[in-house]
Amino acid sequence: MRLHQLPRNRLARIATVDWAALTTNEARRLRELGVDEGVEVMTLHQAPFGADPIAARIGRMTIAIRRATAAAIHTEEHHVSAVAAE
Amino acid sequence: MPMVALVGNPNAGKSALFNALTGARQKVGNYPGVTVERKSGRLALPDGRPIELIDLPGTYSLTPSSPDEAVTRDVVLGRQEGERLPSAIVVVMDATNLDNHLRFALQLRALGLPMIIALNMIDMARRDGLTIDVDALSRELGVPVIPTVAVRKQGVPELVTALAELVGDGSAIRVAGAERAMDSDLRTLQRRARQIAHAAISEHAPAKRWTERLDRIALHPVIGPILLALLMFVMFQAVFAWAETPVGWIEGLFADMQAAVTTAMPDNVLRSLIVDGVIAGVGAVVVFLPQILILFFFILLLEATGYMVRAAFLMDRLMARVGLSGRAFIPLLSSFACAVPGIMATRTIDDPKDRLTTILIAPLMTCSARLPVYAVIIAAFIPERTVGPGIGLQGLVLFCLYISGILGALVAALVLRRTVTKGASHGFLMEMPKYQMPRLADVALGLWQRALIFLKRAGTIIAFTTIVLWALLSFPKPPPGDPTPPVDYSIAGRIADGIAPLVRPIGFNRDIALALIPAMAAREVAVSALATVYSIQASDDEAATEQSLVERLRGRWPLPTALAFLAWFVFAPQCLSTLAVTRRETNGWKWPGFMLAYLFVLAYAAAGATFWTATALGL
Repeated sequence: MRLHQLPRNRLARIATVDWAALTTNEARRLRELGVDEGVEVMTLHQAPFGADPIAARIGRMTIAIRRATAAAIHTEEHHVSAVAAE
Repeated sequence: MPMVALVGNPNAGKSALFNALTGARQKVGNYPGVTVERKSGRLALPDGRPIELIDLPGTYSLTPSSPDEAVTRDVVLGRQEGERLPSAIVVVMDATNLDNHLRFALQLRALGLPMIIALNMIDMARRDGLTIDVDALSRELGVPVIPTVAVRKQGVPELVTALAELVGDGSAIRVAGAERAMDSDLRTLQRRARQIAHAAISEHAPAKRWTERLDRIALHPVIGPILLALLMFVMFQAVFAWAETPVGWIEGLFADMQAAVTTAMPDNVLRSLIVDGVIAGVGAVVVFLPQILILFFFILLLEATGYMVRAAFLMDRLMARVGLSGRAFIPLLSSFACAVPGIMATRTIDDPKDRLTTILIAPLMTCSARLPVYAVIIAAFIPERTVGPGIGLQGLVLFCLYISGILGALVAALVLRRTVTKGASHGFLMEMPKYQMPRLADVALGLWQRALIFLKRAGTIIAFTTIVLWALLSFPKPPPGDPTPPVDYSIAGRIADGIAPLVRPIGFNRDIALALIPAMAAREVAVSALATVYSIQASDDEAATEQSLVERLRGRWPLPTALAFLAWFVFAPQCLSTLAVTRRETNGWKWPGFMLAYLFVLAYAAAGATFWTATALGL
């Protein structure tokens, strides 16, 4: 499931990132914000007026990201205890 | 004197630490050739040696994506024009976000410069349930690590002590591993950073997570926008309500100065220059100061608390439709009070093209200086009657003028983004920092610096240009006995004769052409200029002056001319302060020149279209 499709508040893990679909700048920015394979992610909020952009937690950092960019991030299910997810 | 640079990711609390280290002894300048602020301050080491501390723009890596970030890279590599290579660097890291901030620290370490890490916001990390083994971190990185809480000045003495050991005598040092640092792959660094962070942190159940709780309200799809609208409403009320009294003081002060000079000096050209040129000109700029300070007070608070990014998040989608990002929202909104602080506020937009577009359209937001002009013309020409339940025609016209400005700005943004400011949008990708309680001293310092910048830069240009305008309106004098009014005889009068045929097609008469010249300094001057043109006895009572002006205008202007005049002021770039601040913020005359040209073209077209339509409709 891609990041922008992920239901809110469900912990997942970044499986792959479609780096080629992003501009060099975007790709670097995403890396700088901690986006990498294996990192925990969770979507937290959606902006009003079309649910775009979204706010997502990447590792320990919360970032704002437009859906179009988030679509390049593929996530997979992450099995952890409910406590950690909260 | 040795120089030490503060470096770190955005939101690491770098500026708060800089303020804690240097207090109010700061200088804000500019790096040559770019609009990047150079903030420097002095600090005395425990042994008495002074060092210069500079606060470098926050960045995530040594690969820049904005002019600010390029300065940071160039300074730490010793390549920045007009800047020494730092004798040491203090890397500021957010303790709650080690995985990420460690990556940049690792990259900086590779440079081989003497380095200390300030592990900032250690209190927040504790609150998040993180215990950080500082010694392990220091061992792993091979540099001193000092835990700090910059906003409460905790750990600052320890940091200074550690700095004293590290800083040499200021003799030349050099970057040992520039290639190593520049070539290091972000991904490798990031993984190494995560390993180190993982080893140094033990995690417990977090206490309260304020940020997440607050965000559930602030970013709520319904409550969020309402809250934002309320905040903005309060902000604008404050800008108008709180500014009124200090504006009165400033006007009084300058009027007193004029009166004092008038009585102290004989009636000659020099007195006229001082009273009507210098004092009037500088006074016309300084009256903006209260509004600017109030607006910046709110902007600095919104920035410092972390809410600004949330506002940008809420508005991004709407702004994206015209090719801008959410970041442009606050500066544009500020421009309804005055475009000058609005344009200054665009510094929060990191994408240079987004920022330029925002600067260029900011003057289209109806600022408070247009109100006096609108008020007079509407009072004179729009009948006071209702067009629906509770809707007055005059209010409706005023509303339409505001809407025309906004629509004009949206269309201008769309067009600019596809032409002169064309380029791939950086999109909207930003860190949402944790909410923080701002320190009032930091806000006060920020306000003080903004005030100085405004008074110094815009003030000098304005003072100069108003003197030029004064000269145009005063010289040459008609010979004694000549009945021609002095203003008609002056250069400005002759320019008006030249302009008159140009503006006749859009319905403007020569009186308007003449009033437009002094109104170049500031729009509201058009009212007093028209009063002069129609030789109304200037009176201290503004309301009385306006009232008699309304009477005169009614008889002299046909309705299409009046409507065209209103349309003109929606778009016309008649504000030297705006042009001066644009020159400063874009570092040259190219963009203010462009702004002047495109807005005049728009104003001409809008006034013309209004005039012809109104005439065709037989109004």
